[in-house]
Amino acid sequence: MNILLYLIPIALTLGLIGLLAFLWTLKNNQYEDLKGASERILIEEEKEKNERD
Amino acid sequence: MEQTQISNNKTNFNKLDINKLFSPFVKIDQKNNNSIIFKVKNIHCASCIHLIEKSLYTLENVFFVRVNMSTEKLEIKWVGEKKLADKFAKIVSELGYPISLYDVDNLDNDFEENKKVLIRSIAVSGFAAANLMLISVGLWSSSVETMGFATRELFQWISSLIALPAIIYSGRPFFYSALKVLLKKNTNMDVPISLAVILTSLISLFETVNNGEHIYFDSAIMLLFFLLIGRYLDVLAKGKAKKSAKELLSALGGTATVIKDEKQVIVPIKNIREGDIITISIGEKIPADGIILKGSTEIDLSLISGETLPKKANINDNVFAGTINISAPIQIEVSKSTENNLLTNIVKLMEKAEISKSKHTRIADKAAKLYTPIVHLAGLFTFIGWWMFADLAWQPSLLIAVTVLIITCPCALGLAVPVVQVLANNSLMKKGIYLKSGDALEKLSKVKYVILDKTGTLTVGKPNLIGSYSEEDLQIAASLAHYSKHPFSRSICNQFNGKLLNLDNIKEIIGCGVEGYFKGKLLKLGKKNWSCPSQKDEDEIFSEIWLSVENEKKICFSFEDQLREDTKDVIDEIKKLGVIPIILSGDRNEVVKRIAEHLGINDYYSEFSIEMKSEFIRKLKLQNKEILMVGDGLNDAPSLAEADVSISPSTAMDITQNTADIVFQGEKLFPIISCIKVAKKSVLLIKQNFLMAVIYNIFAIPMAIIGLVTPLIAAIAMSSSSLFVIGNSFRLNLKRKKF
Repeated sequence: MNILLYLIPIALTLGLIGLLAFLWTLKNNQYEDLKGASERILIEEEKEKNERD
Repeated sequence: MEQTQISNNKTNFNKLDINKLFSPFVKIDQKNNNSIIFKVKNIHCASCIHLIEKSLYTLENVFFVRVNMSTEKLEIKWVGEKKLADKFAKIVSELGYPISLYDVDNLDNDFEENKKVLIRSIAVSGFAAANLMLISVGLWSSSVETMGFATRELFQWISSLIALPAIIYSGRPFFYSALKVLLKKNTNMDVPISLAVILTSLISLFETVNNGEHIYFDSAIMLLFFLLIGRYLDVLAKGKAKKSAKELLSALGGTATVIKDEKQVIVPIKNIREGDIITISIGEKIPADGIILKGSTEIDLSLISGETLPKKANINDNVFAGTINISAPIQIEVSKSTENNLLTNIVKLMEKAEISKSKHTRIADKAAKLYTPIVHLAGLFTFIGWWMFADLAWQPSLLIAVTVLIITCPCALGLAVPVVQVLANNSLMKKGIYLKSGDALEKLSKVKYVILDKTGTLTVGKPNLIGSYSEEDLQIAASLAHYSKHPFSRSICNQFNGKLLNLDNIKEIIGCGVEGYFKGKLLKLGKKNWSCPSQKDEDEIFSEIWLSVENEKKICFSFEDQLREDTKDVIDEIKKLGVIPIILSGDRNEVVKRIAEHLGINDYYSEFSIEMKSEFIRKLKLQNKEILMVGDGLNDAPSLAEADVSISPSTAMDITQNTADIVFQGEKLFPIISCIKVAKKSVLLIKQNFLMAVIYNIFAIPMAIIGLVTPLIAAIAMSSSSLFVIGNSFRLNLKRKKF
């Protein structure tokens, strides 16, 4: 049963990373323009000064 | 083909509209950077985004451009002169994208914040629920003997460590709402939910500390997770309606050309006052309600009434804000300042109606009102009974009392409504019907009156060529009509599939028609007194245009706004369901009468204004009967909001669709019937669910009060009650293959 001492923390940490990543994307307004994001992938990158501030 | 024509048309209008000034609306932040947000239409693809962003980036001073395709917003930030805003607008509109000001003050801050809190809560509770399950499955499937005491204790402590913070965090929406209601000395479903969640957590914690068996963290967090999803969908639907109303008003934003002391001055629309004189060029949106002083023109009322045909307007006629001036420049005297104009009034009417609408008590809240006092009193008496009369210590007494509260299956109660709603939603969605508010089903099931708008609802909303014409006549007419974008012309073109004639010298004379030469003969298609002046005037029900071939013949083409394919069947079906159909229309009496008689509807009212429509519904509501309103125009929006429940076709304007509780797709009206039937069935199932919960409680509560409930019984009872409720709800999708 000692294996549980590793596995449970690992499982929880992985889950927590996922949660934090989601909260981070939310905070960065990444869901603001879902339609646009799917189209923007088609834009060829030139040297754009298009940075988010 | 038709679509591009229409959008081209609009683009042209907006190009002219662009002479307005945007610079008064530029905002300056602390770092002295200018920023402005525009609303940009017709963004379809990546290249549109790229084109707009790139062409603005090439300008100096600009350091931030971002197109938001979902919300059709364009945000620009730059340093330097404010005036550049006008240049930006001009550039974008010249690229072919109609642009207007997005001037919505902090309207959605509350809403956005609310939405984010809910999403975060969902994420946290989802995380906790999933991880808790990993551990709970282990706990469920083993016992102290197989697992060992220490491992079991470890598992229980880990569960409580995951669950408690998550419950505190993601339960807040329910706790706050429950607290608010309790402070008002009222109750709703959030009260028992909050109490159940809090008590379950407390007792589970207590049991964890004491190595007990009653640990229900998983139930508590799962319940929260599912309920939060339902809550989020609800908030989303409600917020959308408000947002589109405000956006509509902001479309009116911008500037207008006012004549002061014989000089043209450009003034923000907000500052227009009664008595100002405004000039409006062709294609410009009329900025305020007023009376025409000079010029005669045609006005596109489609924003207000959904009517596709432009309306003539002469000196002394009233014009309304938000409509578009089509054929000639005019001067108007403003009769109402911006705060009072028709558009603002529509939005106000809607807001007022929304408030009165919220009086509806949901079944779930009714249940909560009965449930809360009974169950909590039972819990209290159990505690007092064991403690005072059975000489038990207070801790075990409290434990038994709390078990009573938990065992009364708040889970099943909490799920009774949302599960049915989700399923109903799903089955309607497959038929192209979008249910936006959960309450709609409950109200729809009791509906007594159906109020129908005519244009665009009973009818398709487009003129359709009626009568039969020779192939040759149609060919000539279509060849001319091809050059015009008028709805009648489009209808003729749609009717004719053959080869078009090659015409010379084609001219479209605005307000009259199209003329051209074929083999030296003058052809004219247009208004009667223009193309066939010699013809006598007769008052006709049908709209018509005339074709004349020089010295040869004169042919009249008649148009009618046709009924939807299944309108008559639907009306018959509505009557069969015991619901009374009523037509409310802004159209002329004889037209409405003809349609009403054809459909067999006895109650019809014509020439109703926007206010009259919603006033009519308000009066009808006094009878305490549920009213369903079906409509598509902006003029129906207040009525849709006023009615208990509302449906609109997906061809309706954004604001109307967002106001309506239900939106359906397609050319047919049949979804109305489907909605009512699904609603009736859903409410039946919801009631059955509650009944099941009650029956279950009749057995469970006494057992819990006596103290007989072991963790095993509790676990079986709690999950089985939820399963029964869910299983029963699934019956919604059975046996209804007919529709």
